[in-house]
Amino acid sequence: MLLFLARRLLSAIPVLFVVSLMTFFIMWLVPGDVSAEIGGTDATPEQIQQIREQLGIDRPLIERAINWYGDLLQGDLGYSYLLNRSVVDAVLERIPVTLSLAGLSLLLTTIMGTLLGVLAAVRHNSWLDQGSMVAALIGLSIPDFWFGLVLIILFGVTLGWLPTGGFVPFTEDFWGWVRCMTLPALTLAFTQMGVIARMSRSAMLDVLDQDFIRTARAKGMSRGVVVFKHALRNALVPIVTVVGVTAGVLLSGAVVIESVFSLPGVGRLIVGSIQRRDFPVIQGGLLVTASIFVFVNIVVDMLYGLIDPRVRDER
Amino acid sequence: MSAETIETLDAGGSLRSEMRRARRRRTLMFVRELSMHPSFLIGATILFVLTAIALLAPWVAPYDPNKSNYSDILMGPTERFWFGTDGFGRDILSRVIYGLRVSLAIGLIVAMLTGILGTILGTLASYVRWLDGLLMRVLDGLMAFPGVLLAIALASALGPSELTVIIALTVTYTPRTARVVRAAVLVAQGMQYVEAARAVGAGHGRIIFRYILANALSPLIVQLTFVFAVSIIAEAIMSFLGVGPPPPAASLGNIIADGRTYIQEAWWVAVFPGIVIAVAVLGLNLMGDGLRDIIDPRHRSER
Repeated sequence: MLLFLARRLLSAIPVLFVVSLMTFFIMWLVPGDVSAEIGGTDATPEQIQQIREQLGIDRPLIERAINWYGDLLQGDLGYSYLLNRSVVDAVLERIPVTLSLAGLSLLLTTIMGTLLGVLAAVRHNSWLDQGSMVAALIGLSIPDFWFGLVLIILFGVTLGWLPTGGFVPFTEDFWGWVRCMTLPALTLAFTQMGVIARMSRSAMLDVLDQDFIRTARAKGMSRGVVVFKHALRNALVPIVTVVGVTAGVLLSGAVVIESVFSLPGVGRLIVGSIQRRDFPVIQGGLLVTASIFVFVNIVVDMLYGLIDPRVRDER
Repeated sequence: MSAETIETLDAGGSLRSEMRRARRRRTLMFVRELSMHPSFLIGATILFVLTAIALLAPWVAPYDPNKSNYSDILMGPTERFWFGTDGFGRDILSRVIYGLRVSLAIGLIVAMLTGILGTILGTLASYVRWLDGLLMRVLDGLMAFPGVLLAIALASALGPSELTVIIALTVTYTPRTARVVRAAVLVAQGMQYVEAARAVGAGHGRIIFRYILANALSPLIVQLTFVFAVSIIAEAIMSFLGVGPPPPAASLGNIIADGRTYIQEAWWVAVFPGIVIAVAVLGLNLMGDGLRDIIDPRHRSER
């Protein structure tokens, strides 16, 4: 197991290198000169030159790349043009919001998706099966940010049950936090549960067909015990795989949904910085979310190895 | 002796015409199966209707999508304006129709470019051994950016326009497509008929195009239907966040962004374009599901 973990961690290094290279080049792609924008319209050529020197834009590309990597390895992602603070601070401060949104919606998505899939498999070919698969497909086809707006219109504006946006930290007011997170988490869960529902349905159908299920039923075990203890456990490996993929999708979904519900997470920071053309923050935010994504994938692989010992032996 | 000469040596080229007939028969069977598959049929119908509306936009749209009319600001859905009007008194139905045009065009172009690039990279990776490791690491790195985040960042660096959206989305979805092609090519390479073709002296080009890529075609088509669908949603997200095609040109995403401003008093501005996106994506997903069912019977949903 330890060897498996070590190998998995090693394979993340080239991926992270490509990720950092990409984020560096995105900055380089920017047409024109950011320094003119920072200086404003009435900056003198000398002031602009000074900004250029400060940012190091006047240096050759190779030198900039070396400097950037040097800083990066020391955990320095640069300084925001406009927030007047270091990028690391700005990003770290907002990570808990994004992670809690992604985590909460992953929990909801997994529960809703698995239940829907199990229900569909148990009542195979009934209206319940058809209905839940149609619901799953519709959820997959709906753009999540738009569904968020629809929920805001319904529950925030028309019914007035929940806030239309904004954020209360978990530590200050727990129920306030729940009220703020309900709609965003539901938005993500509804649009992502389809993948898990479909996978758990087909995995369950495969398992329910097998002899040991019939034996368990014949022994006189209740249907519920057989379905949840025997069948679901065996269907778990493919389900965990999609849950892992979903974790990544939810992370990126959270990034967009934050902007819809005005949650102060990394996503909103990145989007806001895009509008302000604050490139160091965009780079830092990208780098951090991509690294979390890579890390999540490693965790999923480990889980996979824990559930199914064959996986870790093979590789 | 090349494969060509072997085939021509065969008496009267009858082998060749027999092969051609067999291929035609298979294609016909495929089309017949497709035309009887319920979800593919529904999906194709939806997509056909939406494409027709988008292509005929100048004739179908009741009003000029960009003409403001200050006496009809924020009107709810009525007989005159089916989808209502926005804050400039512009007809939302007309804007949605023109926006659909942009969405479908971008989705289709991204799917095609992704298909071409994905095929080239996927084939290169599996055919040229020493390139495989390097190429796959680069593609893994690109895939490490969650969802549309890379596309958003790229578009923000390049400046908002239709072309930027296309480039950004192609960069985002090509790695996944290349992986699909690579997997299919790797399977095909181990097949005996490929070995046989090599044994009779067929060149690399002939082997790749006639024997190997033919095998990758079906999974590729399924993948591209999904890329088409995802691109429509991704384009909407990008326009919504302000890195898509710039206003006043209508796009489904920026109409929804407009609608967000009026969310307290005019729900219809945001709601209708989203429904249209969902319907278009649903159509493509149904088509993709149907195609996958027929190509790979293991996936069959009604067993």
